[in-house]
Amino acid sequence: MTGADYNFAYLDEQTKRMIRRAILKAVAIPGYQVPFAAREMPLPYGWGTGGIQVTAAVIGPDDVLKVIDQGADDTTNAVSIRRFFRRMAGVATTEHTAEATIIQTRHRIPETPLAAGQILVYQVPIPEPLRWLEPRDTETRRMHALRDYGAMQVNLYEDIARHGAIAKSYDYPVLVNGHYIMSPSPIPKFDNPKMDRSPALQLFGAGRERRIYAVPPHTPVRSLDFDDYPFTVQRWDECCALCGATDSFLDEMIMDDRGSRLFICSDSDYCRGRQGAGEAAE
Amino acid sequence: MTGSGPILTAEGLGHDFGRRMAFTAVDLALWPGEVLGIVGESGAGKTTLLRGLSAQLTPCRGRVLYGDRQGRQIDLYAQSEAERRLLLRTDWGIVHQNAADGLRMNVSAGGNVGERLMAVGERHYGQIRARAADWLARVDLDVGRLDELPSSFSGGMQQRLQIARTLVTAPRLVFMDEPTGGLDVSVQARLLDLLRRLVGQYGLAAVVVTHDLHVVRLLAHRLMVMKGGLVVESGLTDQVLDDPQHPYTQLLVSSVL
Repeated sequence: MTGADYNFAYLDEQTKRMIRRAILKAVAIPGYQVPFAAREMPLPYGWGTGGIQVTAAVIGPDDVLKVIDQGADDTTNAVSIRRFFRRMAGVATTEHTAEATIIQTRHRIPETPLAAGQILVYQVPIPEPLRWLEPRDTETRRMHALRDYGAMQVNLYEDIARHGAIAKSYDYPVLVNGHYIMSPSPIPKFDNPKMDRSPALQLFGAGRERRIYAVPPHTPVRSLDFDDYPFTVQRWDECCALCGATDSFLDEMIMDDRGSRLFICSDSDYCRGRQGAGEAAE
Repeated sequence: MTGSGPILTAEGLGHDFGRRMAFTAVDLALWPGEVLGIVGESGAGKTTLLRGLSAQLTPCRGRVLYGDRQGRQIDLYAQSEAERRLLLRTDWGIVHQNAADGLRMNVSAGGNVGERLMAVGERHYGQIRARAADWLARVDLDVGRLDELPSSFSGGMQQRLQIARTLVTAPRLVFMDEPTGGLDVSVQARLLDLLRRLVGQYGLAAVVVTHDLHVVRLLAHRLMVMKGGLVVESGLTDQVLDDPQHPYTQLLVSSVL
């Protein structure tokens, strides 16, 4: 496949321009959801149509792309989106977080700390954090504009009243730059602290809902909580069975029919890196 | 109370729905600690007037002034919507006729009462809960039902829960639209008792819209009678009810069962 039939990075230049405008506005107003005219993409809604459009709009020939799905580089979604950009933009791809300039992600933030100059692109299914409290879009937009966020806090109150703790463990709402409440996409709340004052640019694309929002580098991102029930992240008693990491997000794997289980890092690149380092040390 | 002026003033207030006039030429002044009753038959424009007074509907004519805690007179509809909303969350309260309109039915009683506290920035779960429990007790609800959903409450209990939810931030001015509508007589009586006690205890100013003359006789200090969008008579409650001047008021008073 060459560039003869398709434009660089699949989208035509006018579309990229429109998306870049939306991105610029989103960066200028951290956490604000900017509407954009999402295009049909050659993959189904819910598979990352928003993320792929944002990536296509910001990618250049010199970029190095990494795509992860649930932390892993080798799952179907990640493999096909990576191949899509290799064919449509001819860019280099990588599985190493540190080498990538653009990382498109679904459900995770890499364990390796991001650096200045990197762009993290999130695939977002439902960009509106108030959706489950208020079904009317006109009303949620007004709530955002007026910072009428009492209902969001009521949601957390209900969790504590019912379960004794805030039970929400993913897509945990955050307050960006002291103004907008934002959905961080369905990342585990384990990853929320990584968003706070991150040196990397974070872009969020929701294709079906046609919204783009952003967290510019070094922007404060605070997870909502109560003074006497502070925000906490998940902890595991086990360490990763493959690399021994105790500081990463672990997936529980069922190994056989008898229910024996194993905990391994969800970030496959981080896990492999640690295994490699461990072998080198031996 | 600074008491330097009326807490709510309406000047030449009027509203039209298209070419149909809802109410017009309404002037009123409500003083701190005073309860004003608005009565009239259905369709007289009572509820629309209440919505116009309480920043829920921008009236076509006239203006509404609110005397705030600092003694300033604020022109309600000259303010930004953000400022109006803040007022609605803090100094004002609205009790709806239908408790389901004022409550979140899928949120526990405690969450309902706590919402206004959280909306004004309270972030301590234990304190929010304690104040919610305190308010349940003040409106004679069983504190043990703090974590139950309002849908499991009876109509009268829901109405009392709505009142607790409204009063928890200690508003100075409360708007009530048919607070006893749809409740049976004994429950009405208890609710009126409660309202009277709370109004006396906290020095609330209130505007009560109702078609029930018993309610205004018990609650209101002053009365406005509306018919066809116009205020036909106003004055002290006892005076209006015992010595009605306008033919419509006379009809209204004589038609009480």
